[in-house]
Amino acid sequence: MEENQKSRFVVTEENWSLHRKGHQDQQRHLDKINEVLKSNLPDLISEENIILSNGKDMVKIPIRSLDEFKIRYNHEKSKHVGQGEGDSAVGDVVAQGEKKAQPGKGKEAGDQPGQDIYETEVSIEELEEMFFKELELPDLEQKEQSVTTIENIDFTDIRKKGLIGNIDKKRTLLSAIKRNAMNGKAEVAPILEDDLRFKTWNPVEKPQSKAVVIAMMDTSGSMGKFEKYMARSFFFWMTKFLRTKYETVEIEFIAHHTEAKVVSEENFFNKGESGGTRCSSAYSKALEVIKEFYPPTSYNIYPVHFSDGENMTSDNKKCLEHVDELLAISNMFGYAEVNEHRRMSTLMSAYKSIEHPKFNYYILQKNRDVYFALKKFFEKRTEGLR
Amino acid sequence: MRYEICPADILYTFGAYGMPTRFTHWSFGKQFHKMKLQYDIGLSKIYELVINSNPCYAFLLNTNSLIQNKLIIAHVLAHCDFFKNNIYFSKTRKDMVESMAATAERIVDYEVRYGKKCVETFLDAVLAIQEHVDPSMMRDIIPSPSIVRPPRRSAYEDLWDLDQRTIPGQQAIEMHQKNPKEPEKDILLFILENSRNLTEWQADILTMLREEMLYFWPQLETKIMNEGWASYWHQTILRQMDLTPSETIEFAKLNASVLQPSKTSINPYYLGVKMYEDIEKRYDILAKEASGRGEEAMTGREKIFEAREIENDTSFIRNYLTDDLIKQEDLYVFQKQEDQYKVSDKQTDAVRNQLIGQRVNGGFPYIVVDDGDYMRNGELYLIHRYEDTELDLLYLEHVLPHIHQLWGRIVHIETVLENKPLVFSYDGHKVFRRSK
Repeated sequence: MEENQKSRFVVTEENWSLHRKGHQDQQRHLDKINEVLKSNLPDLISEENIILSNGKDMVKIPIRSLDEFKIRYNHEKSKHVGQGEGDSAVGDVVAQGEKKAQPGKGKEAGDQPGQDIYETEVSIEELEEMFFKELELPDLEQKEQSVTTIENIDFTDIRKKGLIGNIDKKRTLLSAIKRNAMNGKAEVAPILEDDLRFKTWNPVEKPQSKAVVIAMMDTSGSMGKFEKYMARSFFFWMTKFLRTKYETVEIEFIAHHTEAKVVSEENFFNKGESGGTRCSSAYSKALEVIKEFYPPTSYNIYPVHFSDGENMTSDNKKCLEHVDELLAISNMFGYAEVNEHRRMSTLMSAYKSIEHPKFNYYILQKNRDVYFALKKFFEKRTEGLR
Repeated sequence: MRYEICPADILYTFGAYGMPTRFTHWSFGKQFHKMKLQYDIGLSKIYELVINSNPCYAFLLNTNSLIQNKLIIAHVLAHCDFFKNNIYFSKTRKDMVESMAATAERIVDYEVRYGKKCVETFLDAVLAIQEHVDPSMMRDIIPSPSIVRPPRRSAYEDLWDLDQRTIPGQQAIEMHQKNPKEPEKDILLFILENSRNLTEWQADILTMLREEMLYFWPQLETKIMNEGWASYWHQTILRQMDLTPSETIEFAKLNASVLQPSKTSINPYYLGVKMYEDIEKRYDILAKEASGRGEEAMTGREKIFEAREIENDTSFIRNYLTDDLIKQEDLYVFQKQEDQYKVSDKQTDAVRNQLIGQRVNGGFPYIVVDDGDYMRNGELYLIHRYEDTELDLLYLEHVLPHIHQLWGRIVHIETVLENKPLVFSYDGHKVFRRSK
């Protein structure tokens, strides 16, 4: 002990750069989060805080299965020990607890089982990416390439001649050093004219693609809050999806009962009217709008109709005619019926017989069906034909 | 003593895993991510990590300044001393660095053989109840009451006995002996020995993880003592060193950040230091008085060395956290009242008991196996030894499926909710609740 005091400790510094365990397991955890998100996609798609997020980029999503569950004490119900600054008294507030949702107050309260949930922040973009991977535009017929092109400037090339304003300093210096090095000394000076390098651009031409969604909805008395919410989440994702495929996507809202009119988004989702239903009115309005503002030669047209299926029987024939007309000029026509009990509706019985590659229908029963409806309408097909 | 200098992400990896060589699991990755994030945004910083082994390992952050390293080395030497001399560590394996590396390798091997997913699911289940081992020092000393047979009187005795065994009532009593005979605290061990659902590799993993928990256990039980001891010594040593004014300021800054008390929890570093200082002061006075009477008594320094040898957190608090110290440090009990956490009690007894209660069983609920053949159907019946603190029911309901996975049959756990006994059961599909 006394003779080799020095060898009693060792200081070392190894190269730790290959030690990646923490990062690997972190990645595994992130992968697990993504797995959970993916498997819950149908439920997440209709999450209220996403649909109503209004441009927020991140949403909080509770992921319960990724907590590390242990048998533990109830933190809220147990006592704890803390330390004051010398003047604490009984009744002093130490910390704010989380506000509990009032039990039994509305539907929402049931979804919040206290603070015990592992929440992860997910960007809507990430969700989109995950979701849209499963969707595709129906590749029906090639739209006529629209004439409008936009010009973009891309600096892609380096040349020896050019405008002095576009000089590439780094490359110029490098070539000067290289040339001087060949003559013996690797230094910047002198810079000869031959060393000059210029950035040069190429004009890029891209065809501009435009799409329009004709959102039609039955606003008669029979369409309640739930039905409208379904329509809302559907159109939310549909426009988002189309935006990834087209440069500009417009959306027109047509509300109808026995008559149809073009309304604002606000009115579309919030206003309810009473009265009977004549769906053909919406379709003729749609045809009118298309004729006036969205020539099919330059627009990709996506009419989608949300209804509960209750239509006047006498109107069905007219509807079929209009649907045919719309199909002729659209990329896809979608009919979504919100029908919780899957009863046979008058409109559905008429549409059952339509066999057209561009015609799609889906009956939505629950929140999560929005996901499946979208998947049906924008199905990924290996071949163009079904 | 071996010091290794390493970059932040490595130190944080070790912090998250508890040991550089520990096996890989996503939960460690989650922990690492959380700690590293806090470091990156400047919220918290780990300066060192010490490992209870022989030689003792200490990992130092490569960005530490010289004076920071002086403090840290004083700190880790005291940790090392604690590992070597505290009685609760006397049984911990000192080759755990190598042993955990071997464990990690075997788990990787199982992953290759049986699939990553399969092994991960099993690890998830074991980790959910990993703390429920029996670290009692007496476990191997008190022999378990084994079946004592009287010595044979003749070679044919067992034949004579056949006649007697036909008495049906008596036989029934003997046959259905309860397993375990006494409630068993070591749930992992009980499952290991009695589960009919474990394959060989699963039993192997269970054994290894139990071993790891037994190694970590004394650290869970001596948090206040161990951190207090290390902080006491880094303060004492650094104060005796010849520091320049700027070094003094840097030392004071770091020391203050480590010893920062908190309103909503107990900082083990701070409370520990205060308790050792208080013991030293009180026993120095006593020793002085004794020497005045011509008697010999322990000095304060000797007394704290004694405490670090024979106490753990619960006994340390019970024996040495005096009323005066509780008042001086303004400790209180707080709890949730409506939406706010409020100070609810300042009585010294209440504070002390609460603090002890929090440290009992390393801070984990005390669960025992009551019956491994419940309903004569091979079901597992666990009992939570309720002591006024209720369990987190949501978590409990999620742990049950994990235990079920290990046990392979219906699992029950009895606890108390609002002063009424309550039993949770899981049958492989659903969790049921019933009052007892």
